[in-house]
Amino acid sequence: MPDINSGPKKEITPEMWGEVDQIIDKYKNKPGSLIPVLEECQYVCGYLPMVLQERISKGLNIPGSTVYGVVTFYSFFTMVPKGRHTIKICLGTACYVRGGKANLEVIQNQLDIDVGETTNDLRFSLDSVRCLGACGLAPVMVIDEDVHGLMTKEKTLDVLEKYK
Amino acid sequence: MASENIITINGTEYPFEPNETILEVAERNNIYIPTLCHIKGYTPTGACRMCVVEVKGARTLLPACATPAARNMVVETESERVVKSRKINIELLLSSGHHNCLTCEANGNCRLQDLAYRYQVETVRFPETPSKYPAETNNAMIIRDFSRCIMCGRCVQACNEVQVNRAISYGYRGAASKIVAIGDLPLNESDCVFCGECVQACPVGALIEKPRRFQARNWEESVVKTTCPYCGVGCQLDLHIKDNKIVRVTGTEEIPPNYGSLCVKGRFGYDFVNDSERLRVPLIKKDGEFREASWNDALSLVAKRLEDTKSKNGPDSISVFSSAKITNEENYLAQKFTRAVIGTNNVDHCARLCHASTVAGLALAFGSGAMTNPIADINKSEVILVTGSNTTEAHPVISSYIKRAVESGRVKLIVIDPRRIELTRFSTMWLRQTLGTDVAWANGMMHVIIKEGLYDKEYVESRTEGFDELKKMVEKYNPEYVSNITGIPAEEIIKAARLYGNAKPASIFFAMGITQHSTGTDNVKSMANLAMLCGNVGVPGGGVNPLRGQNNVQGACDLGALPNVYSGYQQVASPDAREKMEKAWGVKNLPDKPGLTVTETVEMAGKGKVKALYIIGENPLVSDPDLNHAEECLKKLEFLVVQDIFMSPTAKLADVVLPSASFAEKDGTFTNTERRSQRVRKAVDTPGEARQDWEIICDLSSRMGYPMAYNSPEAIAEEMNSVTPSYGGISYRRLEKKGLHWPCPTEDHPGTPILHVGQFTKGKGSFYALEYIPPAELPDKDYPLYLTTGRVLYHFHTGTMTMQSEGLNEMVPECFVEISPEDALDYNVKQGGMLRVKSRRGEIEARANISDKSIKGSIFIPFHFAEAAANKLTNAALDPIAKIPEFKVCAISIENI
Repeated sequence: MPDINSGPKKEITPEMWGEVDQIIDKYKNKPGSLIPVLEECQYVCGYLPMVLQERISKGLNIPGSTVYGVVTFYSFFTMVPKGRHTIKICLGTACYVRGGKANLEVIQNQLDIDVGETTNDLRFSLDSVRCLGACGLAPVMVIDEDVHGLMTKEKTLDVLEKYK
Repeated sequence: MASENIITINGTEYPFEPNETILEVAERNNIYIPTLCHIKGYTPTGACRMCVVEVKGARTLLPACATPAARNMVVETESERVVKSRKINIELLLSSGHHNCLTCEANGNCRLQDLAYRYQVETVRFPETPSKYPAETNNAMIIRDFSRCIMCGRCVQACNEVQVNRAISYGYRGAASKIVAIGDLPLNESDCVFCGECVQACPVGALIEKPRRFQARNWEESVVKTTCPYCGVGCQLDLHIKDNKIVRVTGTEEIPPNYGSLCVKGRFGYDFVNDSERLRVPLIKKDGEFREASWNDALSLVAKRLEDTKSKNGPDSISVFSSAKITNEENYLAQKFTRAVIGTNNVDHCARLCHASTVAGLALAFGSGAMTNPIADINKSEVILVTGSNTTEAHPVISSYIKRAVESGRVKLIVIDPRRIELTRFSTMWLRQTLGTDVAWANGMMHVIIKEGLYDKEYVESRTEGFDELKKMVEKYNPEYVSNITGIPAEEIIKAARLYGNAKPASIFFAMGITQHSTGTDNVKSMANLAMLCGNVGVPGGGVNPLRGQNNVQGACDLGALPNVYSGYQQVASPDAREKMEKAWGVKNLPDKPGLTVTETVEMAGKGKVKALYIIGENPLVSDPDLNHAEECLKKLEFLVVQDIFMSPTAKLADVVLPSASFAEKDGTFTNTERRSQRVRKAVDTPGEARQDWEIICDLSSRMGYPMAYNSPEAIAEEMNSVTPSYGGISYRRLEKKGLHWPCPTEDHPGTPILHVGQFTKGKGSFYALEYIPPAELPDKDYPLYLTTGRVLYHFHTGTMTMQSEGLNEMVPECFVEISPEDALDYNVKQGGMLRVKSRRGEIEARANISDKSIKGSIFIPFHFAEAAANKLTNAALDPIAKIPEFKVCAISIENI
């Protein structure tokens, strides 16, 4: 159970709130609209903190418990703001046997965050994935859109330095 | 065709109805299929897989709860394959979490335990996987022990589908799954309203009433079925008793009106019964101090003082306040005592302060002043109009009926209320009227309905009178005109009128928001007008339905605790009725002049005309309007007797205090809001020397020369029923299983759930052409804000009962001033900051609660709290007919302290 009140915070700007309200208005009174609303709001704000969930709950007249249930069920939704850069470490079979797990641990130690978390300075978010289809380059790490192959522990840390 | 609908279960053929599930067919034929997650009557979730059965030709085992019966289906409910599957299922459930029956409250009443026993699961081959989540024990009412949770989802369904409080849901995923409230917050910080439906639904020990923890095993409890002592819904509840104490309360399943549902007060608000502050011995005040006395001394003194007062100043110098909390039998005796022994009609009770205008208004319009339709009719309506009723807080179980009906999609809800009450979240339309403008919006809706020809011409023609005057009157109440008065946009009035006018049938529910006005009777008549206009009275799913606020306020009215009528609304002014009662009671010269109301008694006490007052179970020093004035008046009494279970603020003023019995300590009947008379049963003994109210009245009466000797409440009921036509057939024998709706004149009469079918009680229904009259006090320069008062979910009336419960006090510990965010900004009010609220009559201090429930310009304060009594502010302006005070509107000012 994540502590929803700890971790980094990212402000939702008045402009974002405006967009959120527009999204809610667009879907209001349409059945089955919760997931698309959450998706679009997450796109606008980067994540789904409780204040945003409450706004959606009231706006769509869907119980807050249901909203929270859906947000925590789907791994696509996050209650942690995304950093400026997203690191995806592949733990598919090929990457795993070639040291992907060790690379992940190095990053976890270096940044002091777990998978699914974001650094307090909002620089990095960390995810693990299962096979990126680049097994020839195993172990693979993807930062934002860039693929980095044949990673070692040392190389991993060097690569991180390029992303500020 | 139906004959072909045959299913074979365990080798025997059974007919089934279309849409029936295998489980339903099996249950109907007493074939056992185990279930964990299934809630009878609600959507099957198929979550637990315990009810799986083998269906010939099916690839897999199928859940009986979610599989419709089909023709020629061949089902085995206990085949080897089925039993094997159930065993593994039980083992998996037992290995998930920590199931230790030794210290579990569910032991002996646990479905998982029962199934392990039945299917002989002695060892579990899987390792225990302890719960990720610690138990939640931070509130005083419900413990959530996730290590015992089997994720069956019954609680989620109970919350969302049965009570429709929508506070919990499934959260997270896979092995991390958990039942969560919003944000996974603890229940007391979430939307949870602690109705405890989830606790009752939990098949294991994951949800437990906290006060019960480590107090009682299931087999140590004895269970007494009785009627809830709080609001007028009349929920049937089971008191679980151990060692003469209530250890927990559950809703009685499968019988009306509540079918097992309760609210937080009914389920967790019973501590007052066991409270150490209960009055135990009679008290006589000497030199300003109470001294303990014997019953003999106390009652002799009361008898003597009442007799002295009577002989010196005449019987009309004495008044009796009976009570909406005591039983029908006791109310009957209280009015009999007043009339036959004291010789006055000065008997009344707190209905004067809540529904006097309903009784008066509906009696004039229909001939009978009670809810026309039963609660269950909510499911039969097309449109429900709720006005002046914060149903979710004041009548929670009825609100669940409404919310379920709305959620089912069959029913549309119109809420007309000045506050953004919870029901507005369920409504198709919410019209927000300015306080005290109800006659105007009703006229406006009728204007539209008549103009657009939406009214029921045939009904109006054949069953009512006075339509032409009404039509003429509402002529000028066009939407724009009404909009100017009420603040409701004209187009919304039109839309609401069309919604209501086109629905067949439509029902109206109302409560104090309609009645507690100086135009209360007009407001009620307006509701009657609207309903009759559209042919909605006397039909299933229609009606005009006042929600009564006290457990037995309907009964207290029915049994004659009113100054103008004997039991069954037989007029004291009628020579025939008088003669009948004189004969029945063996007295002569019963008074023919209607007596004083509660509000008039207080006034007359102030003027020295009423010298002695006998109050049974009421607390006017918190509940009356303009309290400072009321207190002054009561202080002028020469003699005040208060019979109560607690030393209430009113009791403190008394010369003699008589300790009486609570609902859990007596036998009798209460009549709920839908006119259903239901049994009250003794579960525990009275504390100390406290006595039943009926015993006290009988003893007092005997001492005053009119022996009353009944050996039980049932004996009183027999006499009461014999002189009360509408109760004639309501014998205890018939009430054993469930209640009966009056009128029920004879032993073989089935009761009357719907009034005015075919014909109104008074013959033709009467329309009243009513002009809008503004409230007696409106905001001005000095007092710029509106104040309205009302209830909160967690407390009841003057709080003497609810404020003894830790759980209830935790949720709402003190008075508050509910103020809109806009007003808060204008007046620089901070959340939780102390405010001084002033009216022309008094002032109180309480904390601010900034809430979007309130609308700019209107403040709300609950009236429960003696230390910040809202009624110091309220206006005692009375409705001219019903004498009900205008609790719902006055003008105030606020300032920060």
